Formats: sequence, structure tokens, C-alpha cells
Amino acid sequence: MTVPRFWRKLKHRYNLLGTHCTTCETYYYPPRKICPKCRRRGEIEPHRFKGEGKLLTYTIIQNPPEKITAHAPYVLGIVELDEGPRLTSQIICSPEEAEIGMRVRSVFRKIGEESAEGMIYYGTKFVKL
Amino acid sequence: MDSVGIVSYGAYIPRYRIKVDEIAETWGEDGDSIRKSLWVFEKSVPDIDEDTVTIAVEAARSAIGRREIDPLRIGAIYTGSESHPYVVKPTSTIVAEAIGATPLLTAADFEFACKGGTAAIQACMGLVGSGMIDLGLAIGSDVAQGAPGDALEYTAAAGGVALVIGRSELAAEIEATYSLTTDMPDFWRRDGMPYPEHGGRFTGEPAYFRHIIGAAQGLMEKTSTTPGDYDYVVLHQPNGKFPMRAARMLGFTERQLGPGFVVPHLGNTYSGSAMMGLAAVLDLAEPGERILMASFGSGAGSDAFLVRVLDEIRELREKAPSVSELLKDPTYVSYATYARHKGKMKM
Repeated sequence: MTVPRFWRKLKHRYNLLGTHCTTCETYYYPPRKICPKCRRRGEIEPHRFKGEGKLLTYTIIQNPPEKITAHAPYVLGIVELDEGPRLTSQIICSPEEAEIGMRVRSVFRKIGEESAEGMIYYGTKFVKL
Repeated sequence: MDSVGIVSYGAYIPRYRIKVDEIAETWGEDGDSIRKSLWVFEKSVPDIDEDTVTIAVEAARSAIGRREIDPLRIGAIYTGSESHPYVVKPTSTIVAEAIGATPLLTAADFEFACKGGTAAIQACMGLVGSGMIDLGLAIGSDVAQGAPGDALEYTAAAGGVALVIGRSELAAEIEATYSLTTDMPDFWRRDGMPYPEHGGRFTGEPAYFRHIIGAAQGLMEKTSTTPGDYDYVVLHQPNGKFPMRAARMLGFTERQLGPGFVVPHLGNTYSGSAMMGLAAVLDLAEPGERILMASFGSGAGSDAFLVRVLDEIRELREKAPSVSELLKDPTYVSYATYARHKGKMKM
């Protein structure tokens, strides 16, 4: 990830900031400017997600990317937020603790870093509630 | 100056612990005698993706969430730490963005060994008291460093505390503060060096005891109080022995020290140490009760505070995790896992 690319999406990585269509009551993360269901009838407003949801499914990563080899093995899952959107995230628990359907909440963690001299990337991960 | 104080507070402690015996066994030392000499049994260990910034953010979010504070009211964020992940690039700007307080605020990082967090409290008191800002956020957060095999490794822990300082809706009033500072070469880390150096036993009498006792006594003289006027005393906790002895020297009892004495099962959270003790006391203190807190930072100095708990404290209970809840049910790790989490193993 380049520094400009990270900076542009920084607010949405640090917090679960998305959008909400008041016409059809659908929530979006990452944010959408236009509701794909309502099109021009849609009324979009910003929405800060509470950060709680459930683990829909997961996998165990044994061979991670080079820069985070020390993290292995770790759990990568799809979380469904209580408001509806689904997102892929690392789940902070041991592989033995992970369970489909378990309640999770968002936390602020290091996602990675460019190099020992480079930028540190922070963002959202999930822990068991 | 108008009365100022604590509007809300939040703490964060990582879930992992390592026992002193595990560290001692790794280095062929006698765990039993180390436990007894330090009065520390285990210490917190950060997860592999936790650092001073993530801990500061979690503590700040806890403080804000406890009282549902609008983050845009915060006019200053100061984070005290001796383990900021960047040498140049503030921890406090990342915290500000992560709690939604940007862009109309001032922010900076403080460094004064273990008392950067209490220096941040004083700075916020000044800005809030003078009316320059509505609310200030003072944070003490550290993932403390100790070289492998060094005596510091038995206590250097991870954790952080955030205090929202304001003029109204106070949960506790800070009635007075008093500082004592001298140039004392008891502990330092040179630029670019991964681990600090210390003066061994020199860190005791001329450093910790002289400054913390001087500041606590100065505060009591300034406010015409005696140890009997306080319900709790919280002193910086580099280990268990130092604060126990300092409390006795000052004339406080074990009953006054006990509720904020978190070091035996947490270790020394450096900039978060005294503030963690304060948070533990705020978790259970009743309106009207008085707390004397004194931090200590090598280099060296001590900031002492007289805190009086107010009725609003009851509104904050059970709205965020207490220190005792954060200390409960830890996951114990081996020395190898601890070394991996702390980046002591290069891969």
C-alpha cells in the first residue's frame, strides 16, 4: 500500500464510517455515494457503525504475506455488522477460539508497516465480544 | 482559575501476561527471589499488533464512550509515552483522527520517562482552566522496553489510561497539583537505541524516593492536608516495593494504598502506571473521598495531584471496562511468544 492510498481512506480504516440510505434503510461499508437499489430516489447520509457484529465465516492463514510472517497462524474472517454490511478482517483470537456465529467487536490495531523505516498502517480489526 | 477536573476516564490493558518465573527461568535466575524482591508476579504483554498508539486509542475511546462525549469538544490531545512508535510523527494526531476529534484542536506528544501522562494532565488543566479550550484529553500509554536479561524485563509492561479534563460535569475535581523536578541521570535511552539504560540502585533514593516524596509532601503542605485527610494514595509503581516503602515513609497506610496498587499483576506500565492506579481507584471511590496521586518520571520529576471525587462518578460506573475487569482472565504466554510479540526476535 502506498502512503497516499492509505491516507485517502484513513478515516474509514480507523473508524467504521460508512453511509446509510434513508429511502431503503440500507447501510453501506465502505461508504457509497449513491444507493445502488434506489438510484436517484436514494437519500444517502454518513453513518458511524457501532462496530459490533458476528463472524460469518473464517479461514486460518498459515502462510501470510512476507511482512507479517510473525503473525501466523492468524484468523481471517468475514464479519457481518449488526447494521448489515459485511467486511473482511483479521479476527484477534487463536485459531482454536474462532467459531462461526461468534459475536465480535471492532478494535484499533496495527495492520502492517511499509518497512522498518516506513509508515505504520493502523486500522480496524475484530475481537471476540 | 476555575475549578477543573476529570470529566471521564478510560483504561486499556492487553490480554496477555507473562509470569516473572517464566522470564527468570529463561535467564537462569531464581524466580522466587525476584518475585519477593520486586513484589511483581506477572506483567502485561502487548499483542503482536499493539503498540503505544493502539493502546492510547483504546483508552481514549473508552474514556469518550464512558460519558458519550462529543469528540469535537476536545480542544487538545497530549499523549505521554517513552515508546512512541515514531520519533517524528505524533501519536496524538493518530489518536485525534481515530476518535474523531480532528481538525480543530491542538496536539503534541510528551516524553518524560514514566510521567509524560501526568505532565499531559497538567497541560490540559492549564488550557481548560484558562478557558482556552472546552475539554482536553491527557493520555499516558506505553509498551515499555527492557533489554533481554536486564532487571527491567521483569516489570516493563504495556497499558494506558486516558483522562478527559474539563471545567463542568466533573466526576472528580483536581483541587491542586504540585511538581518537583531536577536533572537526575537515573535512567535514559539515547536516540536510535532500542533499550534504555539505568543507574541500577541509584534509581532508588536520589531519584524515585527523593522526587515522589518531595512532591507528595509539597502538595500536602500547599493544601494544608495530612495523610489522614486522604482515603486513597496512588504512587508511581515501577515495582511493588518502591510505592509500599514510599507510602509508609509519607505516613500512609496499606488500606489507603491497596485499591490503586495494581503493579503485582500488571507490571510497570510506565507513563500509564500512576494513572492506572488512579483509574482503579476511580472505579470504586465514593463521592467526597480524596485521592493523592503522585507520578514519577526518571530524569527526574514527580507530579502530585489532590483529587476529590464528586457525585457524577456514579454516572460513569459500568459504562466502560474497569481496571479489575481488564486485569481478569489473562492469557499467559511463554518467553518465546513474549519475545515475538515485543519484536525481540528478528525474522
